Amino acid sequence: MRITCPFCGQRELGEFTYLGDAKPQRPTADAGEDAVYDYVYLRDNIAGVMSEHWYHGGGCRAWLKVTRNTLTHEISLVEAAAGAGARQVAK
Amino acid sequence: MKYSIFSLARAALSGHKNWKPTWRDAAPKDRYDVVIIGGGGHGLATAWFLASEFGIRNVAVLEKGWIGSGNAGRNTTIIRSNYGLPGNTGFYELSMKLWEKMEQDLNYNAMVSQRGVLNLYHSDAQRDAFARRGNTMRINGIDAELLDQAALRKMLPFLNFDNARFPVQGGLLQRRGGTARHDAVVWGYAHAASELGVDIIQNCEVTGFTRDANGKVTGVETSRGKIGAGKVGMAVAGSSSRVAAMAGLRLPIESHVLQAFVSEAIKPLIPGVMTFGAGHFYVSQSDKGGLVFGGDIDGYNSYAQRGNLPVVEDVCEGGMALIPMIGRVRLLRQWGGIMDMSMDGTPIIDKSPVDGLYINAGWCYGGFKATPGSGLVFAHLLAREESHKEAALFRLDRFQRGAMIDEKGQGAQPNLH
Repeated sequence: MRITCPFCGQRELGEFTYLGDAKPQRPTADAGEDAVYDYVYLRDNIAGVMSEHWYHGGGCRAWLKVTRNTLTHEISLVEAAAGAGARQVAK
Repeated sequence: MKYSIFSLARAALSGHKNWKPTWRDAAPKDRYDVVIIGGGGHGLATAWFLASEFGIRNVAVLEKGWIGSGNAGRNTTIIRSNYGLPGNTGFYELSMKLWEKMEQDLNYNAMVSQRGVLNLYHSDAQRDAFARRGNTMRINGIDAELLDQAALRKMLPFLNFDNARFPVQGGLLQRRGGTARHDAVVWGYAHAASELGVDIIQNCEVTGFTRDANGKVTGVETSRGKIGAGKVGMAVAGSSSRVAAMAGLRLPIESHVLQAFVSEAIKPLIPGVMTFGAGHFYVSQSDKGGLVFGGDIDGYNSYAQRGNLPVVEDVCEGGMALIPMIGRVRLLRQWGGIMDMSMDGTPIIDKSPVDGLYINAGWCYGGFKATPGSGLVFAHLLAREESHKEAALFRLDRFQRGAMIDEKGQGAQPNLH
């Protein structure tokens, strides 16, 4: 598996660290215990195309949003994750 | 068919041409008292315990491929009960005791070999942690010995004791641990369960659940038609989330790939099972002579049953740091299996929120050693509707209650367990 970082180009997997599914959103402070339980512990654990967060620690140290098929490891899209990096790319 | 020295002699006299299949490949009936999804070690063990311990013999085991084609055939065959946390310690010892009598119970040679499991330590702090775990084991009646470097130098003179970064200071040894022949465990349970009337149905993929008006599960839809069931138990390891999703459930589980490796066959070298404490590398030697080893999971969600090179490199570096001479050995085979990584590294054996559906999941990469124990406690849950006392803490709602069993202390990050 290689990931084409939008900032650095194609790099080998060892440069990247995995966080997980990009879908869960941190609940608001007053959302209640069930929402926090859902966010922290429950996963869709998708078998197929999944959007996920990777960190390019061995390169530009940007967080990336990678669209990848968990059945085949095929990567179809790599974008900067929401935040400062993505704003830089948009300029 | 009962196996004995006489059956062997009879078969030898006829040139070994008259052996019968050791278990019956059944076609599905319309209905069973209990349907188990998953024909791996855990599913087959559950069926055997249901039939032998709890008198429930109208049982089917449904397997998508062939029995033992999942993680039961992809592990590194290690058995041990060297756990330190309440919940784990007693359960894995229950399983260890069942390993010790499995072959007599099943009338099948599973090649259980108690050649010892040794966890090496490389610092004072790690020694203290291992001593504590060893003491926990001994208080619970489990064998454990803390060995110093002098003892290890006699036992394993080829280790890299004076490694500048990771000197081998000693190890925690469980002599009763060891290995078992993984395929024979599957075939043994299939043999014994089949003898008691359990139907083992292969090439039968579950595609959905049938439910009544109250939402209770009344059976399964499969690639070989509908099958009615009083209760349905799932023991499908890496596919747990996919099967649970058919019943509308989300689980605290991620599926990750773990790789394992076998070297070319060499003369006897590694006496038992050995683990490197400063990285993640564990190794034993099979009876055929190959070094069987592995390390960390790859660390990203995967259902692909194959991994990538960074972990191959990491595992081999761990091996080289510990036993430099294995650099001369060639790698023969390497493969991946899909682990159902739970959020605290501990399994879930519980009723599901859906009436009639029972869950046996979240084994992470430690399911093989648990096979007999898992079968017994899951059968207990299915038959008695309550948890076995040694599995009473493996509850699905423990994450909500804050009652996690986090042996590694990594928190809710499955790829770190």
